[in-house]
Amino acid sequence: MPVIHETKKPDTAPIALAKNGGQPALTVENLDFSYPDGHIALRNVWLSVGHGEKVALVGPNGAGKSTLMLHLNGILTGNGQIQVAGMPLIKSNLPVIRGKVGLVFQSPDDQLFSPTVFEDVAFGPLHMGLTEAEVRARVGRALAQVGMTEYAERLSHHLSVGEKKRIAIATVLSMEPDLLVLDEPSAGLDPRARRSLINLLRDLPLTMLVSTHDMLMVYELFPRMVIMDEGRIEADGATEDLMSDEVLLERHGLESPFALMPR
Amino acid sequence: MMMHASTFDRYQAGESLIHRLDPRVKVVVTVLFILSNVLLPDGAWLAFMLAWGMVVVVNLLARLRWDYALKRSFIALPFALAAVTVIFNLPGQTVFTLNLGPWQLTATDACLIRFSSIVIRSWLSVQMAILLTATTQFPDMMHALRHLRVPQLLVAVISFMYRYLFVLADEVMRLLRAREARSARRPGGGGGGTVLWRAKVAGHMVGQLFLRSYDRSDRVYNAMLARGYQGHFLTLNPHVMQAVDWASAGLAVVFMIVVQIVGHVMI
Repeated sequence: MPVIHETKKPDTAPIALAKNGGQPALTVENLDFSYPDGHIALRNVWLSVGHGEKVALVGPNGAGKSTLMLHLNGILTGNGQIQVAGMPLIKSNLPVIRGKVGLVFQSPDDQLFSPTVFEDVAFGPLHMGLTEAEVRARVGRALAQVGMTEYAERLSHHLSVGEKKRIAIATVLSMEPDLLVLDEPSAGLDPRARRSLINLLRDLPLTMLVSTHDMLMVYELFPRMVIMDEGRIEADGATEDLMSDEVLLERHGLESPFALMPR
Repeated sequence: MMMHASTFDRYQAGESLIHRLDPRVKVVVTVLFILSNVLLPDGAWLAFMLAWGMVVVVNLLARLRWDYALKRSFIALPFALAAVTVIFNLPGQTVFTLNLGPWQLTATDACLIRFSSIVIRSWLSVQMAILLTATTQFPDMMHALRHLRVPQLLVAVISFMYRYLFVLADEVMRLLRAREARSARRPGGGGGGTVLWRAKVAGHMVGQLFLRSYDRSDRVYNAMLARGYQGHFLTLNPHVMQAVDWASAGLAVVFMIVVQIVGHVMI
């Protein structure tokens, strides 16, 4: 059964705490955040993601998904505790944690700010203070992982949206993060680019937290699903269970991917 | 539809000695060439011809047409008009006189020589700069500037401008298209709205563009922070000076010294 909770800590432990000596890849405890204009964006968020888990974050626009993601490497700071790979997210840990959490923004034009693909993928490793040889090796590996090796010397503004998305993912893979955080990766892609993105995400052996409206992708890729609405985590459980709870989905403006299929 | 890069990019893809040269050599030689033009005295026609000869040779070495830079240089000529006042304020033999109501403007031969020299200097300099941008990829140029110790912040601003010019131009096109799509007219009727109202719409569009760019700059900065940016730009050095780079730089400098000698000694 899905775990539905409102303002208290979930009493059921999230699914994959077992690996790695029970040390989760990410824990968020009691997180509150409001924007300077007074808009409350996060209310008492609790979330724990185990190593190797692939978790989907769904919910209507304005639910707080992106705001939550910006907290995971300290770009926004609310009230509450966040731990990444057992390290508390505090100011002195920020440079290390930013290398451990690979955050990919929704618009690849925001993510890719350097003139060439190579420079963009090298940006993270360079700022981690790695040697030139190591930076080059990592750029090579990251581009190979997303299947874009030949694109290294291309200029970012010459790429298609699908290509930009893959490069955007490579820009964080090159930091060799423990946790990949993606904001609506399949938005705006044509079916072929979407398919190749899904295959890529499936094959990447990384812990993932992915916000999306693409329920079919959630069903296909993510065994666990977290529903957010109005800054709260409303449900957290196995995708299969939550998807079959039509009342729950409808309450949060979501739709089962099979809603139109004959039963 | 995406704005195509060639709208702004002046780079001419090609394989040639000039294309392959270290960008630092190209930047330094271009700057020295401009300096050399500035240092030539007025009316040093032979030296000007030699300098132009260098431009033509670079055109040919870059496997471009001999007049590639010449053709594109006319765009900069209007700026030389700033020097037009020079025509009327040097003492010398009178060539012609203009009567403008209460003013009488007298052009002398010395003035005309100075004016044409200024125009030729800027014209030559613009041609070399055109060749620089035509044979150097933009990222290489940024590396060259960085390694030549141009202030980091300045290089960063230029390189962001280049990256986001295209994004911004796309944004403008979408805004314009959205306006076009709703600029309907009744059959047989004229366009609605006063000129003032139309100006207001245009003004709001400019404001929109600013706000969108401002928001974007926030998101880009976040993306930089997320990947460990702490206030300093770091890049790898992909360029190593080869023998051919040193030789070309040396040859260019020697030639410019010859031009200077010709200009100052044999007017």
